[in-house]
Amino acid sequence: MISPIIETIQLSYDYTLDGEKVIRALDNISLEITEGEYVCLIGPNGSGKSTLARHLNALLLPAAGDVYVDGLLTGKEENRWEIRRRVGLVFQNPDNQIVATTVEEDVAFGLENMGIDPPLIRQRVAEALELVGMSSLAQHAPHLLSGGQKQRLAIAGIIAMRPRCLVLDEPTAMLDPRGRREVLSTIRMLNRQEKVTVVHITHFMEETLDADRIIVMDRGQIAYSGTPEEVFSGEIDLGSLEMDMPAIPALASALREKGMPVPQNTLTVDQLVEYLC
Amino acid sequence: MSGMRSITLGHYLPGTSILHRLDPRAKLLGLLVLIAALFLIKTFTGFILFGIFFVIAFLSSRLPWRYFMRGLRPVLYIVLFTLILHFLFTKGGQVFWRFGMLTIEENGVYLGSFMTLRLILLVITTLLVTLTTSPIAFADGIEFLLRPLRIFRVPGHEIAMMMTIALRFIPTLMEESDKIRKAQMARGADFESGNIFRRARNLVPLLVPLFVSAFRRADDLAVAMESRCYRGGENRTKMRQQQVTTLDYLGVFTTCGIAAVIVLTGV
Repeated sequence: MISPIIETIQLSYDYTLDGEKVIRALDNISLEITEGEYVCLIGPNGSGKSTLARHLNALLLPAAGDVYVDGLLTGKEENRWEIRRRVGLVFQNPDNQIVATTVEEDVAFGLENMGIDPPLIRQRVAEALELVGMSSLAQHAPHLLSGGQKQRLAIAGIIAMRPRCLVLDEPTAMLDPRGRREVLSTIRMLNRQEKVTVVHITHFMEETLDADRIIVMDRGQIAYSGTPEEVFSGEIDLGSLEMDMPAIPALASALREKGMPVPQNTLTVDQLVEYLC
Repeated sequence: MSGMRSITLGHYLPGTSILHRLDPRAKLLGLLVLIAALFLIKTFTGFILFGIFFVIAFLSSRLPWRYFMRGLRPVLYIVLFTLILHFLFTKGGQVFWRFGMLTIEENGVYLGSFMTLRLILLVITTLLVTLTTSPIAFADGIEFLLRPLRIFRVPGHEIAMMMTIALRFIPTLMEESDKIRKAQMARGADFESGNIFRRARNLVPLLVPLFVSAFRRADDLAVAMESRCYRGGENRTKMRQQQVTTLDYLGVFTTCGIAAVIVLTGV
């Protein structure tokens, strides 16, 4: 049996104010993510998605329950930096996660923190930039990059550290459609080609269609978990969670209601065309 | 964009001269020695020698003269103020000019021009270093030179990191202040009329959102840095290695030598 890369056991977390419990952000979450998996995390605002993400690399520690990363317990102080190397976090705002004044310096930042030898840093930086397709921009100043490029730079900075798992907290929320496409194809390539486990938090339902698994969160709990086909079959009431179905499954579901037996696993335009024509 | 150009911090002119190629640590050390020499000089002969050395260094740097004039502009008032104070209030020696209570006397003229020269030389010598050193190299140099001061708990790494982050975020915050300014103008804010006090007060709707956003950015950045394993300067390596060459040793030693000669002849 393959041991999971990330495992949370009855994880709970409360946001507190002056020592008083204010909100239960995560409530008894047990979750396993296998190596190489592409998991999408969706749910309305305040459902605990970001809080969960921050537990995956020990930025937050559980109030109750345990989180294991690659067999390492996040609650242990001595595991912290190894866990942060193995699980990289990419955030929503591309501007606020770039530290250095040139692209290559920024990619090097994490490696420098790990105390790696300078020649090896150069090599890894070059590899990471190549992987996200930004080698030609190595000397650029970050503020001159487009949103999509900034976000790919942030991903390169994480990838250079050779993590086992990449956690992305709404990485496309602040990007234009073109930037979003760039970032999504980078994430997919990393998952398929480099076999990096991906946990992708998003508000855009279309982005979740080729995930291995979708986890729907609501009020700090896992509401549903399943393949895109299962989640978007029309049987789960996403509307009550203030979420919309992606266009094609929504259309398929509407057709089914009108009496047309469209198969439940219809997710893409091609599949729908295949059935209809 | 006009605001971008007026920022002089990290005003660096890339080039290939000897001064450009020198290691930032060598340049900073040389600068320190020269500043010390400037404060030890007691005669005009010393200043003349210093001036000659400066002109040689300046010519070798192939920098345009107007950058030095521009760099002097902010200290112009301080220089004028020093000059006038000394002229009017330092007494002694021959009286050059008299108007009622006011007199201008020999010592005043002497000391005034002395201090002025010292200030001007101080600024242009510093400019010679800042104009030929990239801000990143500068921060690295400072971090290295402050390392021995760690025993006095001087946070050298932190200072250098702060400089880098400031440099990184200046353009971002400039863009943002431009955006806020336009947004507030669209809501009827007036940044252009009224006297200086009124204008300063009118800046409040610009500054408050700018500060709020800067703090939010700082918070985000701190989390992002932490999740990339940042834990201060301990055990940290650097991708950019500064190679010390013979040129650097030569630079530091000649500067020290020349400074010694200037001080000895000028005392």
